Amino acid sequence: MGETCIIVGASHAAAQLAPSLRQEGWDGRIVVIGDEPHLPYHRPPLSKAYLLGEKRREELLIRTSDAYARLGIEFRLGERVTSIDRASRSLALASGASLAWDKLALCTGTRVRTVDLPGVDLSGVYYLRSIADIDRIREDVRPGMRAVIVGGGYIGLETAAVLNQIGMQVSVLEMAPRVLARVTAPAVSAFFERVHREAGVDVCTGVSVAGFEGGARVERVIARDGRRWAADLVVIGVGVLPNVEIAARANLAVDDGIVVDACARTSDPDIVAVGDCTRHPSPWYGPVRLESVPNATEQAKSAAAALCGKDKPYAALPWFWSDQYDIKLQIAGLNQGYDSVVVRGERETGRSFAAFYLKAGRLVAADCVNRPQDFMASKRLIADGGSVQASQLVDEGIALKTLVAGADA
Amino acid sequence: MPIIRYVQANGQIVEADVPLGSSVMQGAVDHMVEGIVAECGGACSCATCEVLVDESWMSLVGEACDIERDMLEGAGTPRANSRLSCQIEVTPELDGLVVAVPA
Repeated sequence: MGETCIIVGASHAAAQLAPSLRQEGWDGRIVVIGDEPHLPYHRPPLSKAYLLGEKRREELLIRTSDAYARLGIEFRLGERVTSIDRASRSLALASGASLAWDKLALCTGTRVRTVDLPGVDLSGVYYLRSIADIDRIREDVRPGMRAVIVGGGYIGLETAAVLNQIGMQVSVLEMAPRVLARVTAPAVSAFFERVHREAGVDVCTGVSVAGFEGGARVERVIARDGRRWAADLVVIGVGVLPNVEIAARANLAVDDGIVVDACARTSDPDIVAVGDCTRHPSPWYGPVRLESVPNATEQAKSAAAALCGKDKPYAALPWFWSDQYDIKLQIAGLNQGYDSVVVRGERETGRSFAAFYLKAGRLVAADCVNRPQDFMASKRLIADGGSVQASQLVDEGIALKTLVAGADA
Repeated sequence: MPIIRYVQANGQIVEADVPLGSSVMQGAVDHMVEGIVAECGGACSCATCEVLVDESWMSLVGEACDIERDMLEGAGTPRANSRLSCQIEVTPELDGLVVAVPA
């Protein structure tokens, strides 16, 4: 009789983990439980092509229902797991049902960080995380009307770009002195502020939002210093929190993320965890929690192997991307702890450059704007971990890929 | 539905019905074609869905655009028929298309 593996969270991680389990030889049941009514879907296009209306809902699916059916993968959608019982190898659903498992995978992802401000419950004020969120936002999108985005991170800026393209008058309110303050160098922040201002977006930094006012709907956003912005639509994008509570209540190790080893095992060897909800040991950066699709996908392969009793340590360099207007930003590595930044290309007036983050003479990260070749070469340079010369990085006469050790081209 | 034939690096051929309007990458993902990782899900951002288009199909499929070509060049040494499969939309004319996954 086959064993049962239950995957909690119908996420990017689950969409890779379930098929990978079959490839690793798992012949028992695979059941994926998700609290949204959808099969696993691509989240990055939500704030881009889906909000813009370029992609339909069915086009967001990571795999079709046929693909899962062929692999014998079952789904229980619209169901939420409320607790895990490790002693009896079972879990409880919000609907009251209890399910038995032999192996468990936690792919619970993150949820939006909410703000506790007056008026946040007014109609027309939204967060952005799911298909349902975007569907609601789209009903309030009207060309010529005013949108205020709270939070100048990637989600906020992508949303601002799309609403601007649709023809709304957009303001972005960021609490820090610059947008993307937590994730990029000042030079890159300044670039994105310029791009948005050139498109007609009102970018306001150093703004602490005090609340939202209106009657039946939101009408304005109020800052602590008394400034106010008229608003027909408000989107709040101030980060996410990992969904670790059911793991913590089951006494699994948790530290801003479910703690896993290189093979995605939690402190219980029969339970793996994958994706945004985990903290894993990166060969390059030490213990990290990443909010990243490639991370979820690659870690899922290690987790599938682990559930089948095999060690396939996860060792992929983190990378990220963001699309805004005609800007393709690709980020290689993590810039944590960098001691200097050098720029290749024309950042101040152009739309094509790369910012390299160095730490003790080694490249740790690169933000590449409309520079796919530099991005690909940066991934290899960072992964190799060798010394690099800043003077060579900034020299447009030197193709980056010739700096890669053992470069074949 | 058009049929796409994926020749995996191990020589095995995966034959897949792929819906119109979908991409050659999506067909590969749905049929677990080995070597098509498709990390970014079709945003032309990762170069992990590279295929070599069978020469006889190149005129119908067409060549890579600039950004795609840059991605391919950054990933290795592309050939004239190298494409990112996420950028090939499945149309009625592509019924029977043959693509190979590079080793």
